Amino acid sequence: MIEKQERLTAKKFWQEFAKGIVITNPVFVLVLGLCPTLAVSNSLNNALGMSAGVIFVLLGSNIIISLLRKITPNLVRIPVFIVVIATFVTILSLVFEAYLPPLYESLGIYLPLIVVNCIILGRAEVFASKNSVVLSIADAFGVGFGFTIALIIISFFRELLGTGGLEVFGKQLFSIPVLAESPMSVFIMPPGAFIVMGLLLALFRMIGVLKNE
Amino acid sequence: MSETGPSLITIFMSMALINNFILSKFLGLCPFFGVSKKLTNAISMGAAVTLVMVMASIATTLIYRFILVPYKVEFMNIIIYILVIASLVQIVELFIKRTNITLYNSLGIYLPLITTNCAVLGITLINAQANYAMVQSIISALGGGIGFTLMLIVMSGIRERIEFADTPKSMRGLPIAFIIAAILSLAYMGFSGMI
Repeated sequence: MIEKQERLTAKKFWQEFAKGIVITNPVFVLVLGLCPTLAVSNSLNNALGMSAGVIFVLLGSNIIISLLRKITPNLVRIPVFIVVIATFVTILSLVFEAYLPPLYESLGIYLPLIVVNCIILGRAEVFASKNSVVLSIADAFGVGFGFTIALIIISFFRELLGTGGLEVFGKQLFSIPVLAESPMSVFIMPPGAFIVMGLLLALFRMIGVLKNE
Repeated sequence: MSETGPSLITIFMSMALINNFILSKFLGLCPFFGVSKKLTNAISMGAAVTLVMVMASIATTLIYRFILVPYKVEFMNIIIYILVIASLVQIVELFIKRTNITLYNSLGIYLPLITTNCAVLGITLINAQANYAMVQSIISALGGGIGFTLMLIVMSGIRERIEFADTPKSMRGLPIAFIIAAILSLAYMGFSGMI
């Protein structure tokens, strides 16, 4: 009996985890959290740093909000969520400032702006305030990885086309000879973000339309 | 240019045109793509956001100068700013509800959502980062808000037209809006050499 119950939660855990990555991908399907997605996707490095930050905050806020869900009065729940999220963002920005100063500099104001990322508040309101801690952790990881994958895809195209190569943590992965000499630098500037995002959204929608037909 | 920093006109122009909130800083994209389907909604949303931005700038500049800096707790600014913004939005909401019920009804759900608009928190953080004095931060908030409103109006005009255009099936709606934003952003890059 106990074994069956455990297997059931384990199955549900993976279900919640997978749901966030594919079916309800926060960026490509729900189109949430656009500001950081477009702003920091100009290099793979920034994208990975931002994703790590969002996963940390999402995990922390989901756990705390899920623990507090029975004693939070319904009327003041949104302010409670915001204060919990803001606390984790403060911790994150102090840690980044102390241990990863170059990343802290290049993320700039987009690091504190994680507070108003709709993805995190959305998960708090829709999921963590109604479900158990274990499921909330699964949800945080699923949505967090969904966000990470989306950011990696966007920044991959932008950095490849904009600089002609890819670079992760100071190491040059590879570069394309002709493109590196005269890169299309518009892709690492603001317009490139809109173009790449628009085309990727259209692609995802096309796949969805083909599947339904 | 004066000795105390960039002049007020420089700040205003740079916030409204060169570093436009939507097209070059990616702040406030949710209302940009969500609200900008009708012209009237775009105007009232832009005005409400501008009002909150200016009020938030005044309040947070006062708090930053007279509470956070003297007591050396600048690292608390994220938590305090978001609380200030949330309560300001609540006050504006109550005020509009009491004075102009038709405007209140037409803004609907978008009014409380201003709290989680990156543009409002963004302007307070930009002001704190640049260490602007009171007048400078008001001007920069005003410039940012007007730039935001301008973009919302331009976008809603274009989108009202594109409704009737024959766009490919998978590009309809959001994807084409992103491509339009890209073209607008390219055009705005022309302002970058102005100052």
